[in-house]
Amino acid sequence: MPDLLFELFSEEIPARMQARAADDLKKIVTDRLVDAGLVYEGAKAFATPRRLALTVQGIPARQPDLKEEKKGPRVGAPDGAIQGFLKSAGLASIAEATVQKDPKKGDFYVALIEKPGRPAIDVLAEILPIAVRTFPWPKSMRWGTGRLTWVRPLHSIVATFGPETEEPDVVAFSVDGIDAGKTTRGHRFLAPGEIGVRHFDDYVGALERAKVVLDPERRKQIILADAKNLAFAQGFELVEDQALLDEVSGLVEWPVVLMGSFDEAFLKIPPEVVRTTIRANQKCFVVRKAGGSLANKFILVSNVEASDGGNAIVAGNERVIRARLSDAKFFYETDLKTKLEDRLPKFDHIVFHEKLGTQAERIARIGRLAVELAPLVGADVEKVQRAAKLCKADLLTEAVGEFPELQGLMGRYYAAAQGEDASVAAACEDHYKPKGPDDAVPSDPVSIAVALADKLDTLTGFWIIDEKPTGSKDPFALRRAALGIIRLVLDNGIRLPLLKAFDCAADKFPQNLPGENGTVAFQAHVLSQTPGHGPARAARYFVGAELRNFFADRLKVQLREQGARHDLVDAVFALEGQDDLVMIVRRVDALAAFLSTDDGKNLLAGIKRAANILRIEEKKDKAEYTGAPDEKLYRQDEERALANAIAVAKSDASAAVAREDFSVAMTAMAKLRPHVDAFFDKVTVNVDDKDVRENRLKLLNEIRAATRAVADFSRIEG
Amino acid sequence: MSSDLPAHMRPERSFQGFILALQRYWADYGCVVLQPYDMEMGAGTFHPATTLRALGPKPWNAAYVQPSRRPKDGRYGENPNRLQHYYQFQVILKPNPPNLQELYLESLAAIGVDSSLHDIRFVEDDWESPTLGAWGLGWECWCDGMEVSQFTYFQQVAGFECAPVAGELTYGLERLAMYVQGVDNVYDLNFNGRDGDRKVTYGDVFLQAEQEYSRHNFEYADTAMLFEQFKMAEGACKKYLDAGWQNGGDANDKRHLMALPAYDQCIKASHVFNLLDARGVISVTERQSYILRVRELAKACGAAWLATAGGGRA
Repeated sequence: MPDLLFELFSEEIPARMQARAADDLKKIVTDRLVDAGLVYEGAKAFATPRRLALTVQGIPARQPDLKEEKKGPRVGAPDGAIQGFLKSAGLASIAEATVQKDPKKGDFYVALIEKPGRPAIDVLAEILPIAVRTFPWPKSMRWGTGRLTWVRPLHSIVATFGPETEEPDVVAFSVDGIDAGKTTRGHRFLAPGEIGVRHFDDYVGALERAKVVLDPERRKQIILADAKNLAFAQGFELVEDQALLDEVSGLVEWPVVLMGSFDEAFLKIPPEVVRTTIRANQKCFVVRKAGGSLANKFILVSNVEASDGGNAIVAGNERVIRARLSDAKFFYETDLKTKLEDRLPKFDHIVFHEKLGTQAERIARIGRLAVELAPLVGADVEKVQRAAKLCKADLLTEAVGEFPELQGLMGRYYAAAQGEDASVAAACEDHYKPKGPDDAVPSDPVSIAVALADKLDTLTGFWIIDEKPTGSKDPFALRRAALGIIRLVLDNGIRLPLLKAFDCAADKFPQNLPGENGTVAFQAHVLSQTPGHGPARAARYFVGAELRNFFADRLKVQLREQGARHDLVDAVFALEGQDDLVMIVRRVDALAAFLSTDDGKNLLAGIKRAANILRIEEKKDKAEYTGAPDEKLYRQDEERALANAIAVAKSDASAAVAREDFSVAMTAMAKLRPHVDAFFDKVTVNVDDKDVRENRLKLLNEIRAATRAVADFSRIEG
Repeated sequence: MSSDLPAHMRPERSFQGFILALQRYWADYGCVVLQPYDMEMGAGTFHPATTLRALGPKPWNAAYVQPSRRPKDGRYGENPNRLQHYYQFQVILKPNPPNLQELYLESLAAIGVDSSLHDIRFVEDDWESPTLGAWGLGWECWCDGMEVSQFTYFQQVAGFECAPVAGELTYGLERLAMYVQGVDNVYDLNFNGRDGDRKVTYGDVFLQAEQEYSRHNFEYADTAMLFEQFKMAEGACKKYLDAGWQNGGDANDKRHLMALPAYDQCIKASHVFNLLDARGVISVTERQSYILRVRELAKACGAAWLATAGGGRA
């Protein structure tokens, strides 16, 4: 079966867009092929800086013929209906239709329409220009006098179609004056001439001879292997960097790996600064010595095999890197001349957020909050105070101004350099952590206190001014902040009452911030939720409650990723006053363990059965069966046994919960199981005696109430 | 080509020879070679030969050197790479020819950058000028890891779509010349290509100016006067724009008679803003509103230009 070769040759495509563009090209073309009834065998797409290429193998030479039955009016229908049917089915007379028997509704006409399939190459000639015109580039442009848009000017198109063994045909189409053909070009500098191509196989080979490696994965392999070898040959080791590898492989069609060096003196700068300078500005790799420290070498990936073996290229890159490192060294040394605390007054004039005030105000809030949190995490109050005061000061340094991604890290270096306590210096960096789900969680109490305060201040502040994340929009990374708090608290086993923490954080903000309380509807809602509070307090109270729900959602996401059931989190959060994450997770764990036992499963079934009966009867009677059952009304032993078991379970479970021993609480609950089973086995709830029936319903309610000591079982699925 | 030249005119020896080589290359291509615009501006793009000529349907090919003033980039002559006054070489071709990249590479060859020895790369860099209401897509051009030019296909200028599209090349002259001459400090550039006593360096010409202007830009520029100048330029720009409209019947018939003088005031306002910014007297929130005010002027000038003969009004 024939194959398609499709290449779009343009000016340099941004590296970051190439991989996605290859995927999009494949999807757009193959989806349309399938829609057109052309089921193919395989497809693969590639990108280089100057071309997108697609091969689709095994496309049928023709579309299948389509047969369609079109149902018409009944036999003997009015002439208008018959004529309409003939027209829509494309028939000349009713004699061309067949009659289908239907004893119930009467016989009716059916037209058999046959649509012959078209040659695949004709279909491709329609699909391919549409793919070009509708291509979803993140940013595209016009050029010259044309109207076509592409990521950068598009120069030529290759589109061939045919079986492997034959000379393929050109898929004849044209887009904005560019005719599809069989000609492409090689490397911009090394082989700029035209190349005739036929099929994918000779295309790849011809490109390779013209110094173009089509497959980005192969370019990456070449770069990585050559870089490692080059480093190894000199007794060094490449510092691998996947994101950089992805990027540089999109900047070259013919990777040539070279090594350069810089003055050893630059190694006195913190290694992260050296690496960031070389990586961010020059897109070069760094290498390390056997001991792990950076070597005064770098690895660059050139796009050409130069006639002097690359000497001029290496020399040029060395000069640029020398200038960049000189700047970095200058920044670093200049920064060291000013103490971190001496930078703080500038924060008075720097706005953190227009509604939330200046950076100075924010730093003061974080300081006060961190001090309040210090005893809770076992941190030294003075160190916490110091760390909170200095932790943002590096934002004003030259080094961070140049490389914002080094914020925190530079603070640590500068704090250590001015003789701060090790915990204080560490907190300058670690209070930003954890930055993501894979980032390490700090364990030093000083870092923990400042990290919690930093994130609580952010969350509470943006919640007060009603700037919450919506859908995919989370410009202030509030989800990440919440997850950060969750991980800090859980990994370190910190007993942090969230509602109180939100309250403490909210107290640090001035009353009536702009945007506070949101809309009138929101305010009314707040008041209806919290009678007896003044509007301002009420709003803040509501912020806390809402944040708790936000945390419940984040915790669910977090636990689900660890394999826990989200309904168990709901079952625990549904209990009153649950705002201690450590306890919540322990309850969830204990609950999960319990529910994996037979006792757990059966008790859950029993509780659900009790709840169902109650719900139905309460609805029927329009009454609520709460309150203690009357023991005088018990008629059967099973009732008494259950009542006793509930009393024991309730008291044992409550005592265990008070000791925070949730597995014992679950064991206490488990003892209910045989009595619940026996009750349902032997006792009929809906009896004629009204009082006995009511009493039994109250007993069922007691089961539900007792089990709430550990979780709201009604929230558990299954 | 450079081997035919006397030594002191060769681009790898002489800063002025380097500039002349670029001018000659683009003159040979058919560009109008202009002289610098006689106003202070932050970049060659502000020159009316780019900003205004990029608008409208008429073909336009021009090349020129433009001194660029970046008050904030002054370093009192102490930094080997940063200057508050430097030269840009600007090429604008409308519509962009299909082989603009090749033309650019040939121009590098003309100033002594051999693509068989050097690694020249087009690295994504999209250009946007909030003050001009302009944006385009293109690259920064790298030579052995150093950014030596900006290459932009204008999509919009002064808020108007560019059709046809103009291609803009901006060469950082000092940086490129440093590369070609092999010096690490801009002040060491050989300006006139001579040796010994007759040699004049970039430092001889500009070091004192860098020191004095840095002092001026950061410490002494008269901010009260500058605030007033901003207002005056803004006011004058609007006044000339209002006065320049000549009443025709419908909108398509209206003509403007003073787009260029009005645009001068927009350039003026933009530079005054840069000075105020360097003096640190504009707060973060105010900054945005100043940029917006200049953009409004630029947009109105663009609209006026499109109603002139140069802008394509028949």
